[in-house]
Amino acid sequence: MSALSSSNWDRRNVLRAALGLTAAGGLAACGSNTGRSSGGSGTGLVQYFHAYGEAGTEQAIKRYAKAYSKANVTTSWITGNTFEAKLFSALLTKQAPDVFEFHPQLQMVKSGQVADLSDLIDPVKDDFNPADIKSHTVDGKIYGIRMIDDPQFFYYRKSMLEKAKVDVPTTLDELLEAAAKLTTDKVKGVFLGNDFTAVQNAVIFSAGANTLDEKNQIAYHTDGVVQGLKQLRQLFTSGNVLLDAPTDFWDPSSLDQGLCAIQWGGMWSMPVMQKALGDDLGIFPFPAIGSSGKQSVYNGGWSMFVNAKGKNVDAAKEYVKWLWIDQKKYQEDWALSYGFHIPPRTSIANGATKLKSGLPAEAVKLFTDFGHFDNIAYDQTMQTAFADVIASSVRKNGNPEAALDTCDKKVNVELKKLFG
Amino acid sequence: MSATTTRGVAQPAPVKASQARPRRGLRGNATLNFWLFTGPFLIGLVIFVFVPIGWSIWLSFFDARYTVTPSQFIGLDNYKQILTNSNFPQSLLTFTVFAVFIVPTTWALSLGLALLVNRLRFMRAFFRSVFFLPTAVSYVAAALVWKMSIFSGVRFGLANTVFGWFGVDNIAYLADPSPPWYWVVIVSLRLWLQAGFYMILFLAALQNIPAELYEAAAIDGAKPGWQTFRYITLPQLRATSTAVVLLLLVAAYQAFDEFFNLISTKATWAQTPLMELYKTALGNSQDYGAGSAGAVILSLLICLVTLAQGKIMGFGRGEESK
Repeated sequence: MSALSSSNWDRRNVLRAALGLTAAGGLAACGSNTGRSSGGSGTGLVQYFHAYGEAGTEQAIKRYAKAYSKANVTTSWITGNTFEAKLFSALLTKQAPDVFEFHPQLQMVKSGQVADLSDLIDPVKDDFNPADIKSHTVDGKIYGIRMIDDPQFFYYRKSMLEKAKVDVPTTLDELLEAAAKLTTDKVKGVFLGNDFTAVQNAVIFSAGANTLDEKNQIAYHTDGVVQGLKQLRQLFTSGNVLLDAPTDFWDPSSLDQGLCAIQWGGMWSMPVMQKALGDDLGIFPFPAIGSSGKQSVYNGGWSMFVNAKGKNVDAAKEYVKWLWIDQKKYQEDWALSYGFHIPPRTSIANGATKLKSGLPAEAVKLFTDFGHFDNIAYDQTMQTAFADVIASSVRKNGNPEAALDTCDKKVNVELKKLFG
Repeated sequence: MSATTTRGVAQPAPVKASQARPRRGLRGNATLNFWLFTGPFLIGLVIFVFVPIGWSIWLSFFDARYTVTPSQFIGLDNYKQILTNSNFPQSLLTFTVFAVFIVPTTWALSLGLALLVNRLRFMRAFFRSVFFLPTAVSYVAAALVWKMSIFSGVRFGLANTVFGWFGVDNIAYLADPSPPWYWVVIVSLRLWLQAGFYMILFLAALQNIPAELYEAAAIDGAKPGWQTFRYITLPQLRATSTAVVLLLLVAAYQAFDEFFNLISTKATWAQTPLMELYKTALGNSQDYGAGSAGAVILSLLICLVTLAQGKIMGFGRGEESK
């Protein structure tokens, strides 16, 4: 303690401490790993991927990159739920990735962040699912290459529904009833993800509405959507829904471990679920809401983009063309060997035997019959605004109309910025 | 510790003593010495604090979406947007409620712990360490433990298991905001992480109170317990208490990690100002202009609060002015 009294402060000690702190600060500044390897032969490219949950995916992406001979491609495999934040902040710096995966975003096109890839895609344009081309096209130019389509729907345990004598729900009312009947001491009826935002698009589509209309104006603010939100609120408070589960909707664990009888999820989970549950597994689309609603499936997915402001745009485009246009073997491997995804290219989808029978074939049917694709103009800001609607009128007891009004205000500001 | 050793610290030796020593080396050149000592810190301060602040202020007047080198000047539009068309004002309210609650609670708990540990006659070091250890735990790691094992919403979560013995239904502590169980999760986490550190501060201060004071009070007829605590201990802890309250307020202002991990940004409640700014600037929206406008507003508020606190509590004023 006595060292603190002022008479004992020794100059040398202070200086040493000061130098030590400065050195530590300097080291800390150098500590950030940009994923860019220094040296090596040829052009260096960096690609960003969010961490896929399925085993083997990281190795696969790195294996493809290694097989490319014209550039030295390093992969940043970004774990945690902050992929967007890391990607977007990296894009502002000199350490920006040359190639990255994301969803189609009009704002990224307008601000010149992503490069025009039309010349790569045009020769094989007819081979792509037209909806995937449309969702990446702005003013006739195509800005991203779809790698995988990921339909999202409900998984259910056939045995549990049979035992409770419940039919597969086709309307949201029926889902609420089913959840009540399926709930026991140990099993909750249904799991919609921990914050319910996983179904925010499905609610809009199932109510017969859309995110934005043809003229890029708000189309989600309908009576059907309001009714859907009210019913979801009912479900949320019913005690028949699994909440605060250890894993979220994108992980198959909740259904696999018998925490719930019905779980919202994506096609990527199917192989793991089938392995865990065998034949005791079925799927159905998000049920219809109200009289004008119809069942829906939200087709998410991931696309490859090239950073238009990067140092090696041409080399990056060449790499993207090589892997995501030319190398069909790798594309097929990526879509089918780990989690299940629907290949956006018809030629690959047609040859995909794994998707030809059983449950995967049913999923493909849901994808084609009920699927709704991304709208490039309905960007992240608008989706965040709608996530607030879910929070304040489903998880909280807010008025859905008021919540949608607040959302409209935010979305209109964004629309004005995008379209003037 | 005996009273004689502690008294020495309570009255620091006069600064004059060091000037009596002969100067060596960089003798006389006070300017050089000044820059030598302050230079490294000053450079760091300028690069990592002042430049970003200046840049933020500049950004806040521009349409800076998806860029930090914008060209379109839009005046006060960003301020208008963040104040009228966002969740930022609500988050300021959330934070205020949180601070009003958490600061006195942590203060009281750490003082209580310090008093208890101070009275111990055996295993002192053990208990001090036990209460101090959580300080070393990362907020993120602790938040995950709280979220996934203690306050998990499933039937085998620790809290739900314990409540289950009394026939209480499973509670979704974090998913369901009504009733606001999430405050229990956040407050308990923060108390666990912080109380130990402030307990050490109070412990040091308690040991600096001369035993003679208590003896004199006892002779004057002060009853042990509340009376002694109220009129001897508490006034003697004034300086430490002020420092602790200030540190706690700063910590409350910086609240982010545990809120981000427990509540997530996909909620409209319990969003701290920093989380709102994170969502606006670094999250999906990438609106650096509006985010910076919010940051400027927040900085101004912090300045005001600090100044007000200085006025009320006299922190930073010299001893002689009292």
